Amino acid sequence: MRIELTVNGSRREADDVWEGESLLYALRERLGLPGSKNACEQGECGSCTVYLDGTPVCSCLVAAGQAQGREVTTVEGLAGEELDPVQQAFVEKGAVQCGFCTPGFLMSTKDLLERNPNPSDPEIREALAGNLCRCTGYEKILDAVRAAAQR
Amino acid sequence: MTSTETRSTATGAPTGAGRLGDSPLRPDGTLKVTGEFAYSSDLWHDDMVWGVTLRSPHPHARIRAIDVTEALRVPGVSAVLTAADVPGENAVGLEHLDTPALADGVVRYQGEPVALVAADHPETARRAAKRIAVDYEVLPAVTDPRRALDADAPLVHASREDNLVRAMKIRRGDPDPTAPVVVALDFEVGMQDQAFLGPESGLAVPDGDGGVDLYVATQWLHVDQGQVCRVLGLPPEQVRLTLAGVGGAFGGREDLSMHVHACLLALHTGKPVKMSYARDESFFGHVHRHPAWLRYEFGASEEGELIYAKADILFDGGAYASSTGAVVGNGGTLGLGPYRIPSVRVDARGVYTNNPPCGAMRGFGCVQAAFAHEALMDELADRVGVDRVEIRARNGMREGDHNITGQVIDSAAPVAELIRTVRDLPLPPEPEGERDIRELPGGVSNTTHGEGVVRGIGYAVTYKNVGFSEGFDDYSTARVRLEAVAGEPVATVHTAAAEVGQGLITIEQQICRTELGVEQVVVHPKDTSVGSGGSTSASRQTYVTGGAVKAACEAVRTSVLARAAELLQRSDLRLDGDKIVSGSGEVVAGLVEVLDEPVEETVEWRHRPTFPIDEETGQGNAHVQYAFSAHRAVVDVDTELGLVKVVALDTAQDVGRALNPDAVVGQIHGGSAQGMGLALMEEVVVQDGHVKNPSFTDYLIPTILDMPPMQVKVLEYADPHAPYGVRGVGEPPTISSGPAVAAAVRAATGKALRRVPIRPEHITF
Repeated sequence: MRIELTVNGSRREADDVWEGESLLYALRERLGLPGSKNACEQGECGSCTVYLDGTPVCSCLVAAGQAQGREVTTVEGLAGEELDPVQQAFVEKGAVQCGFCTPGFLMSTKDLLERNPNPSDPEIREALAGNLCRCTGYEKILDAVRAAAQR
Repeated sequence: MTSTETRSTATGAPTGAGRLGDSPLRPDGTLKVTGEFAYSSDLWHDDMVWGVTLRSPHPHARIRAIDVTEALRVPGVSAVLTAADVPGENAVGLEHLDTPALADGVVRYQGEPVALVAADHPETARRAAKRIAVDYEVLPAVTDPRRALDADAPLVHASREDNLVRAMKIRRGDPDPTAPVVVALDFEVGMQDQAFLGPESGLAVPDGDGGVDLYVATQWLHVDQGQVCRVLGLPPEQVRLTLAGVGGAFGGREDLSMHVHACLLALHTGKPVKMSYARDESFFGHVHRHPAWLRYEFGASEEGELIYAKADILFDGGAYASSTGAVVGNGGTLGLGPYRIPSVRVDARGVYTNNPPCGAMRGFGCVQAAFAHEALMDELADRVGVDRVEIRARNGMREGDHNITGQVIDSAAPVAELIRTVRDLPLPPEPEGERDIRELPGGVSNTTHGEGVVRGIGYAVTYKNVGFSEGFDDYSTARVRLEAVAGEPVATVHTAAAEVGQGLITIEQQICRTELGVEQVVVHPKDTSVGSGGSTSASRQTYVTGGAVKAACEAVRTSVLARAAELLQRSDLRLDGDKIVSGSGEVVAGLVEVLDEPVEETVEWRHRPTFPIDEETGQGNAHVQYAFSAHRAVVDVDTELGLVKVVALDTAQDVGRALNPDAVVGQIHGGSAQGMGLALMEEVVVQDGHVKNPSFTDYLIPTILDMPPMQVKVLEYADPHAPYGVRGVGEPPTISSGPAVAAAVRAATGKALRRVPIRPEHITF
């Protein structure tokens, strides 16, 4: 089937999409946007988090066809001329090691800060509990989120 | 010595000019936050096809026949391969060539690769794989490692006499010691998974001339290359490897996964082949941390001073050896912890079973042992009435002591200082009043508001070898090039040492900046066109590849000054930043003025040699360096439901010299989290040889809600034998954090808890 959707502000289409394909697969393998990650492909790790019409979702759990006619924002769409403050904070605070979880954390953090510009530590932890990181022990991710909230 | 206290809230923006001792931004950071960094699963080629693996459903079975006819009929399928299609020797392995690239006549564990399919869509390939008809004759399986050496145990490898991979003995001091105080225990450690987030993946591209280029996430390009060459029957010139972006490793990428398979399919189809495991396959696609059964006994004086120690350690190696031999070596030589012990008797064994293969994971044989020796040290402390911190300080190694293999510890061994340091760090406030449920056991499940919750504190110390041991030729290669680009001196550093997220590329840049006085340092892609960098494991890369880069920079500097001496006709020159100065300090030339031609030097660098230990006594200088750490854990336990919340996990570690202080702290944070995970939640559950939980739904790793704040105290006692005084950093935190958490849960509950991970029912029943 063919799907048409808006990704990071641009109209995009993909042909020959198999009905069983996830939005994650379509983004990564058909639309040349591999920034959303495939750590578990079962909705547990959050590395594939994108916004679907502004709402964060695990793109591995959304069928590509469900994105028909809708707006998707991926990590590739976060930065403008300069890095988004959340991206900048993750780089500066050492919140990135292997970085495979990072795109998902960035999307979840940006969503948190839009809803709650000044979150407490327990609020940060609860909001990011759906994103797994195996490298950092999360301390520097907390540092980055706190720093981003101040910008 | 300097001491740096770094609290999580104190880490700040990048500091300094990016030289040693600074914490510059990592060069791949921006790419990683914009989604542009190319991990191995992101690779793509216009003409590529997808490869998938058919795996054994049985822990042990004979393959009577494989019929691929139906699979080949699926539209879109371009190849179906079995062992019969392997052109070279069908055998790989880190220590023993005991692992078929594709099962040949027999499968020895559930998940063993049996056949490969290439197709134009991964789902097509998966569907075709299901149509491969494999006729299995199920065989009796060895699934209890404690029975693996019984005379009537089935043989996992029919060509071997028994199921023993390696047995190690250590005998020191009085062979028949006695002591006024004797304590003993049995301990069991479950199977942990590395759970790196980036799945096993890569792209193999045929070169049209019989060779292949493989882009893959790995820990050691050259040891992969050798194994791939053997199976393909090709020389190294025709099998070139380049490191793709690595989404974490932690030991799980030291063995091959899809490397050979993608190359076989690529050479067979003539097309680029991408393979990328889903998470469930990843649980079958790499080795795990060895489960272990440990029996320990300490004999001590009435004052708690160790007189003797005995240990019997059994590691389940699973179906193939992987690095089991070296894990046994570590478990044996390091398995009594960082203590002075006059008389010692250790037996460590690793066995073959039909369970999942086990091999390298961060902490490598020391993690399992530390749970046992630290639990027993607490028991000894309580028995003799000595404080649990002080008994560790009293028995802890000091510089100049002999360890249990008779090796003199010839640099800092600050066990007493480390354990007292963590004791003296501020404790979290005592709970009072209404508490945030997110900070209680059970969290947002809202299972308690504080009722039934008891607090406990636990301590642990460890030591770990750095680098490869027991006589292994452990080296790294660095090529450094210095040239003028647009009027500026630019250095390019080229090693094959894998960056897996830990920050080696940042360290390589820092060393070049420091040694050559340049600002711009390009890190060449990691590939096999330069000599081996050795493995990114054993906490060794900053030490060994760092040593190689330092030596290559020194060689470049020597060449530059020789060239300058010739050009300027004087011999008293040295490099000061990007200036060439005379003996009196006068600037005689800019660096770029002598760089008409680039200067390039390649150096192979080795640390001090290590030696095999004596087979009968276990004595010998097995290791090149030791790294020490201590943890204090504070936990709240809901004693009614058996749920645990770690409230604080604080640590002190001697890192020799922190070349990049922020990266050091990042390693310590992450390592501590993995140790905590093993203590409380992480286990690959294996029943009768079958993995029951191959998913992140059922295999739990700590989330940001599970992790507590961590205070990290970094000590810097430079090792005079190591480049810049560095000491390996990555592994010790994974070793001492888990036993500290387990001790804290014991302290809270009063339960013996002789098995990890600790499950709720261990606490409530």
